[in-house]
Amino acid sequence: MGQLDRRHFLSLAAGATAALSAPMVRAGGHGKPRVVVIGGGAGGATAARYIAKDSDGAIDVTLVEPSRLYYTCFFSNLYLGGFRDMNSLGHSYGNLAASYGINVVHDWAVGVDRDAKTVTLAGGHVLPYDRLVLSPGIDFVDGAVDGWSVAAQNKMPHAYKAGSQTELLKAQIEAMPQGGVYAMVAPPNPYRCPPGPYERVSMVAHLLKQINPTAKILIADPKEKFSKQGLFEEGWQNHYSGMIDRIGPDFGGDEVSVDPGEMTLTIGGEVTKVDACNVIPAMKAGRIADIAGVTDGNWAPVNAQDLSSKIDGNIHVLGDACAQGDMPKSGFSANSQAKACAMGVRGALTDSSVFPARFSNTCWSLISTNDGVKVGATYEATDEKIAKVDGFVSSTGEDAGTRQATYEESVGWYDGISADMFG
Amino acid sequence: MSKLLMSIAFTLAGTGFALADAGGDAEKGAQVFRKCASCHMVGEDARNRVGPHLNGIFGQPAAMVESFRYSNAMTEAGEDGLVWDYDTLSRFAENPRDTVKGTRMSFRGIADPDDRNDLVAYLRQFSDNPADIPEAAPTTTGLDHSVAPEILSIVGDAAYGEYLSGECTSCHQASGQANGIPSISLWPEQDFVTALHAYKDGAREHPVMQMMASRLSNEEIAALAAYFATIDQ
Repeated sequence: MGQLDRRHFLSLAAGATAALSAPMVRAGGHGKPRVVVIGGGAGGATAARYIAKDSDGAIDVTLVEPSRLYYTCFFSNLYLGGFRDMNSLGHSYGNLAASYGINVVHDWAVGVDRDAKTVTLAGGHVLPYDRLVLSPGIDFVDGAVDGWSVAAQNKMPHAYKAGSQTELLKAQIEAMPQGGVYAMVAPPNPYRCPPGPYERVSMVAHLLKQINPTAKILIADPKEKFSKQGLFEEGWQNHYSGMIDRIGPDFGGDEVSVDPGEMTLTIGGEVTKVDACNVIPAMKAGRIADIAGVTDGNWAPVNAQDLSSKIDGNIHVLGDACAQGDMPKSGFSANSQAKACAMGVRGALTDSSVFPARFSNTCWSLISTNDGVKVGATYEATDEKIAKVDGFVSSTGEDAGTRQATYEESVGWYDGISADMFG
Repeated sequence: MSKLLMSIAFTLAGTGFALADAGGDAEKGAQVFRKCASCHMVGEDARNRVGPHLNGIFGQPAAMVESFRYSNAMTEAGEDGLVWDYDTLSRFAENPRDTVKGTRMSFRGIADPDDRNDLVAYLRQFSDNPADIPEAAPTTTGLDHSVAPEILSIVGDAAYGEYLSGECTSCHQASGQANGIPSISLWPEQDFVTALHAYKDGAREHPVMQMMASRLSNEEIAALAAYFATIDQ
């Protein structure tokens, strides 16, 4: 779909005005249409808030999220580096309930009946829906790293869902003996937050440089290339020279096994004793997407315009869990997709106007104190997928002022997206 | 009342309105003011733009310019007794967001005390005689980019702008709170339109904003300007 011209827009807007004054609801004879959103992160919280806010009470919105306090995955690397405390990453759902009338339910969704259009919660409650929005984030692929399972996550944390795992990893890094080894098993594509593992390495290096300057960082990486690679490698050379060693697939980075009991990492047959081991396995859509039967392989394929499932049009899948096309799996992307989804859901349930979806993403990464970099792009909905329109990336060799401004901008973005998610 | 405001108020109570001259050079201050001029006007014909005009600011309580919509924080600071003088203006210019927490003024501040002295001396000229406000230096007024009149005259559709604004509010807080990313709420439409076209045309440099603005049509920019100009915070 191309750009909306003004005449087309005006005709839509006239319809929208009429719809706003007397929302025509399509709710199958049970009063207000009902939307259930599963997952209260960047996708789900934003979708719930926009649907509730923009429908002005015409749609009942229920948000199902197990955690009472949500810790953002974005900026959790900055906690590892000592730039943020954990409290600053925690957000509650009180405002979504109080200011937007969203019914926030702290429970796990354990079942979806697509024919009856109901969601079953672990506590036994059954929630009927007209539209279901799934934004469950990621889970890990079983057996992706030989020797590792979720049962071993306390010995070898993934720290790729923020909160206690992140705190555990930091404690283990802080407890390393002088000159010890922090190892990371990096994930294969596609995965949550493409620059995330490498920002993490930067932040771990920043921490170790202060408390354990002779420590080493070892990355086993199944990928030939990674996001912002030139920027990270330049930064590592500038700030952490000699500390970081990355082993790519040419040298066995794709043939990795771990032994959590022995605290060893084997790369291409060579066994290394490590002191902290951060295993970030291959990822897939959060489990409820599988339970709902809307996945194809590891991810849930969706239509670009409204993130509706290609398998069930009454279900929308947002953020990391969906296969949508060109957008990276990031909190920013999920937030952006949530708005297009909210517009589509509102349009379907209340006849409000629907405009061509547009999307954007920017990912900031911190390499060292006041050394921030970013990459971003804009996207549009095509019949086939969410397709990239235009993009940019920070340059190597930028001056310190630019890097500091980029970091400060990322701090502003954190506040901005938090307000956009939680009101 | 914030601790700082209390200390400012205390200082004022001790000294009265002794608007002590800190020895700044008004001519140099005109140069410093260029940093402010993308949002503020002073001098003859000065009007409110993204920020209020600054004529007559000396001796005035904060948030007193008529018809300017201040942040709640600035309004409260005025009610709590913040009065603009050499000291308070200099402190505010040093770090606006720390001095009045919650101000919409998105400016990192001027670290150099001499620059601030010069700036304040410059501003003083526009307060001395309300009946005879001098002309400001030509370099320190006006918008930083020229936009064709037919583009500026497009009447933006605020409802369409509200839809489009979702792309802005991932970073810019609708409330006007600003910390590292500027507030874009309650800007005059002309300033908003000019700023976005400056990014679109490549005259203002910022990779994210150039990218975002590049795909906005003239109508869409006008719609966003109309929405953010009247946004209910």
